[in-house]
Amino acid sequence: MTQVQASRPTRKSHSAPAEERERFLSMYRQMVRIRLFEEQVNDLYKTARMPGLAHLYSGEEAVAVGVCATLRRDDYITSTHRGHGHCLAKGASIDRMFAELLGKAPGYCRGKGGSMHIADQDTGNLGANAIVGGSAGIATGAAFASKMRGQDRVAVCFFGDGALGQGLLYEVMNMASLWKLPVIYVCENNLYNEYTHYTETTAGALTERAKAFGIHTDAVDGQDVRAVYAAARQLVDRARGGDGPAFLLCDTYRFYGHHVGDIQRTYYRSKEEEEHWKTQRDPLILLGQWLSAEGIAGESDLEHLRDEARAEVEAGVRFALDAPFPELSEVDQHVYA
Amino acid sequence: MRTIAYRDALREAIRDEMRRDERVFIMGEDIAGYGGTYAVTKGLIDEFGEKRVRDTPLAELVIAGAGIGAALGGLRPIVEIMTANFSLLASDQIINSAAKWHYMFGGQAHVPIVFRMPGGGGAQRGAQHSQMLETMYAHIPGLKVVMPATPYDAKGMLKSAIRDDDPVLFVEHELLYSVKGEVPDESEEYTVPLNRGIVRREGRDVTIVTFSRMVHICMQAAEDLAKEGIAAEVIDLRAIRPIDLELVMDSVKKTNRVVVAEEGWKYYGTGQGIAAMIYEHAFDYLDAPVGHVAGADVPMPYSKPLERAALPTKADVVAAVTAIVPARQAAATPTPAAAGAR
Repeated sequence: MTQVQASRPTRKSHSAPAEERERFLSMYRQMVRIRLFEEQVNDLYKTARMPGLAHLYSGEEAVAVGVCATLRRDDYITSTHRGHGHCLAKGASIDRMFAELLGKAPGYCRGKGGSMHIADQDTGNLGANAIVGGSAGIATGAAFASKMRGQDRVAVCFFGDGALGQGLLYEVMNMASLWKLPVIYVCENNLYNEYTHYTETTAGALTERAKAFGIHTDAVDGQDVRAVYAAARQLVDRARGGDGPAFLLCDTYRFYGHHVGDIQRTYYRSKEEEEHWKTQRDPLILLGQWLSAEGIAGESDLEHLRDEARAEVEAGVRFALDAPFPELSEVDQHVYA
Repeated sequence: MRTIAYRDALREAIRDEMRRDERVFIMGEDIAGYGGTYAVTKGLIDEFGEKRVRDTPLAELVIAGAGIGAALGGLRPIVEIMTANFSLLASDQIINSAAKWHYMFGGQAHVPIVFRMPGGGGAQRGAQHSQMLETMYAHIPGLKVVMPATPYDAKGMLKSAIRDDDPVLFVEHELLYSVKGEVPDESEEYTVPLNRGIVRREGRDVTIVTFSRMVHICMQAAEDLAKEGIAAEVIDLRAIRPIDLELVMDSVKKTNRVVVAEEGWKYYGTGQGIAAMIYEHAFDYLDAPVGHVAGADVPMPYSKPLERAALPTKADVVAAVTAIVPARQAAATPTPAAAGAR
């Protein structure tokens, strides 16, 4: 990043080791890619070029990016209906994701999955499940397979606060603890189970639920990607080392509604609340401020990263819009192996 | 050939496949030390250890879900669900995940998993332990549903199911576990395909299409019918998804009369589905409406005489056949010898 070095502010220059500087710049780049991807999805929806069941990850980028930065390419993740961020953070390419969202042939699932169902076997993404909490068993089983086969792959199960209501989550934590499986349950608490504040649906303290199973538990500010990374690093390392499962609670916020069509939100959350999170708690702004304060990158460097991401997103959406739909003969392909 | 019980045939299949392929393992409730509620897995832990013969919590949802994840992670799980009734707790994972993972993600991953479970009534286990739920799963594209009736097929089809790359619902029947039948010596390797039915008995007057435990009842019914001069052909479907439609149609075109016999409920079920397929593909060959023998349209009662009244019997099959086979035709038809099908 010659440009970064050229314009680095001098206030606290070189306080972070080179490896760390590159790591957090890379995280900024990933978070920007996700943010701009989601803005483009919203635009596709608003201009009626895409159907409306897209659940945007904007505002929550630090969770997927901070966690996935600790993972190897062959580690597993499972994702959710709000899964674009997980896919990108784990290594999916923007053009094939747009193609999937538009139901086009080069999409990750050849147009059979759509926004809520993207898997990318090559990057360890076992798939996004649109049944709330539905992949908790799959992540746990993948972790079991890793252990059983003598591998050191870990599995990360992303889910939202809504999944805390699902029984499966407690069945899997019980099994993972008993069998000491290398799985990390990452709860993205964006405060709302769809349109209802989580405190109206979720009794007791959230982390106590995992602790009750004897599972190592941590909680972080999910808007601070460095904090997410540091916590996840520790949990992933201990899981990889054979010390068993963990639960990571990340407090975060979704900037848009439950899905792209959810635009009248004042009946369940105030504009002031949204404004607060967008201006004071935006993970991109927070990391940008830190990068600047540490002398790692100035505003012009960050603008350059944003321009690069913008170009990638524009190229990706153009690729998808131009791509062909699948052949009709594919409708009954892949039902069975 | 030896004569062994259905449960022992299943155990041999599991043992064979675990020896053949180290990715194969089995998990379920009380299957390790205890040996399984129906003693199918008895002794397996001695050979393979608790790593590959795993007791799980009483939690069907995670048993199924973790099994699917293990399959995606490169293993070949056999999951024992203690009874088909409890599979309802796992049905989200079976239907929303296992059945869809290959298709929904454009063919990226396979889910090679076997869900073994016994269904069926007749042992006075009451309404929540006696259901035949195969219809529910057979409705779902992406699943395979097999229901072997004999020890030979139980072993051969379980081996095929374990080697199959798709999720297979392997539905046993509680009253079949002690049924004995001929099975090749252990040294003789064989498998039975998951998509082929078999003619258990040949006949030209009527086709009885059936599967699972009802095969045995229909064979007895065919014996009784033969004494009355009616030659019934008995087809054991062995699998209901995919179904061996060709075998059924060939028989229907020969006999022109059909009775479908199943233990499960009648309405919107497997039997009605088969009847609809026959009407769709062979209507012009039919000389009579398709007869249908099924379980009573009630939750299974506990009391012995009530349970008997709720289950289809040999007499029900005989009555369904005689209702659509005219007496003069029956009298004019010689009785063929029973086919040597196993």
